[in-house]
Amino acid sequence: MGAIETVGLTKRYPRVTALDELDVSVGDGVTGLVGANGAGKSTLIKILLGLIPATSGTASVLGHDVATDGRAIRSLVGYMPEHDCLPADVSASDLVVHMGQMSGLPYNSARERASDVLRHVGLAEERYRPMGGYSTGMKQRAKLAQALVHDPELVLLDEPTNGLDPSSRDDMLALVRKIGTEFGIAVLVTSHLLGELERISDHVVVLDSGRLLRSEATTEFTHATGVLLVEVQGPTDADRQLGQALVGAGLQAWPAGKMIEVQVVDETTCDVVRDLTVDLGLGLVRMQERHHRIEDVFREGGAGSVQPV
Amino acid sequence: MSSPSDALPPHAQPSGVIHDIGYRPYSGPRLGDGAVAWSLFVTGLRNCYGLGRSGRSKILPMILIGLMILPALILVGVLVQARQVLGLDSHIVAYSVYPLTTQLLISVFVAAQAPALISRDLRFGTITLYLARPASRTTYVLVRMASLTVATFLLIAAPLLVMYVGGLLADLPPGRETERFLQALVGALLLAACLAGLAALVSAMTTRRGLAVAAVIVVLLVSFTVVSSIQGVSLETGNDTTGEVAGLFSPYTLTQGVQVLLFDSPRATPTPPEGGTMTLIYLAATALTILGSLGAMLRRYRQVA
Repeated sequence: MGAIETVGLTKRYPRVTALDELDVSVGDGVTGLVGANGAGKSTLIKILLGLIPATSGTASVLGHDVATDGRAIRSLVGYMPEHDCLPADVSASDLVVHMGQMSGLPYNSARERASDVLRHVGLAEERYRPMGGYSTGMKQRAKLAQALVHDPELVLLDEPTNGLDPSSRDDMLALVRKIGTEFGIAVLVTSHLLGELERISDHVVVLDSGRLLRSEATTEFTHATGVLLVEVQGPTDADRQLGQALVGAGLQAWPAGKMIEVQVVDETTCDVVRDLTVDLGLGLVRMQERHHRIEDVFREGGAGSVQPV
Repeated sequence: MSSPSDALPPHAQPSGVIHDIGYRPYSGPRLGDGAVAWSLFVTGLRNCYGLGRSGRSKILPMILIGLMILPALILVGVLVQARQVLGLDSHIVAYSVYPLTTQLLISVFVAAQAPALISRDLRFGTITLYLARPASRTTYVLVRMASLTVATFLLIAAPLLVMYVGGLLADLPPGRETERFLQALVGALLLAACLAGLAALVSAMTTRRGLAVAAVIVVLLVSFTVVSSIQGVSLETGNDTTGEVAGLFSPYTLTQGVQVLLFDSPRATPTPPEGGTMTLIYLAATALTILGSLGAMLRRYRQVA
């Protein structure tokens, strides 16, 4: 039984169709939900929390129907909203304790849990300061802490890396990965940055204008393409020389920027590349298998509005 | 995982070692909706007096409650000390009149705290966090209004309690005093509910706190001033009915009128309402104010996503 199952889920607003016949299944571990702004990510999350009704179709979260059992879902799920949601004159510690109580934890347990999760997200002494003076990184951590305080079985993280600098971004991604693996909490994390999800997700769901573009394990997206990427060093036209030599040897080869891509025929292809490079007196800098990246899905799928990393 | 170093002899081990015990799942009890609502209520009530908020937010409510109680203390002091000299056999200012006398302080309190409780959640988007938790939005709205009502009630009732205790100390008849005190508490509760309802509704219309404060002040003070003026003019011109009807349009004169009609409390307005029809109209207006603002609040929050 997956954490999230939707069948023919549709949400229509008077002028737009936010979700269109969506069939998605999300299991344990970290699942990335990718899509451009307006692709329907936030709408999907709101429906999953039972906050807005779907126009048609069904969805279940942790075995509960979103249409009838929203309360049960909301007690088992943690939600980190995309937008700012922290009161400025309250400390992170007080807010997280309060939110724990709002999820039904007794006061003392809520305090204990709050102190635990604030440590996990990396808020130290600053947790006692009013959140109005927090940096974006600290705010994101506080938002994540309140989503975890009641030990949910599933967390929905809406753009957790929004507005973070590169090093905080790495920290946040590592934390999200940790939640899905070490903490044993299923994670659905949205982003419009594909590279991020490639790094941390076990599974990726791609939405485009409310339609499901693809839903596969991350490894499927990044499978080997049967193409060798070769970089050589030498005179200015070294790459061209090698390319012509490769074509002369009966291989399919084409330039890729300053490098050359070679179609792998069999296990001798690498040897041929190496020998030709030596024969031409060039230095072989790199020879690697080229992998797909998730952004290729968008190129192929025609959803050009997504910004690859 | 870190652990205290084994190499060190026991007495040299640092005492403050932090053990990373990893993530611990929670297996304790999870309380039901009642407990959640209660905890939201208590937090809201505390927040109204600045407790659990920044030090600065405590100043205004504490000053206001001090200013509310101070006149009551003075009145009680005068009553206890000079009862024989002045020949007093009841309070100098009646319980039911006290809130009307201190209406400015009450209005300022409600105007400052309603936006702090209501607009704040909308402005900072904290409402999203509440909606993503088990409690429904109806519960949220009802509990928030209950917190504000009770906070306002405490502000109005505190000086009444001081007067009641002082009255007993001054040997006023205990039975009569208890009856009047309890009647005034009913009036205070109705007033608190009306004020909280109106202020909450105004605050829920805007995410700008300053705007909400100003709007609530204007609604409460202007309505009271206009009503008082109309009542004064109608008394002068002998057109009492106009004044009685005008009394419906300010929470202070409305709930004062209800007390006059139901409990025959002392009159504090130039044209107090009289008669069975007016009783019905005043009660209906009170119910309409309280339930109407509740209904409007629920409607307003249905649009919050």
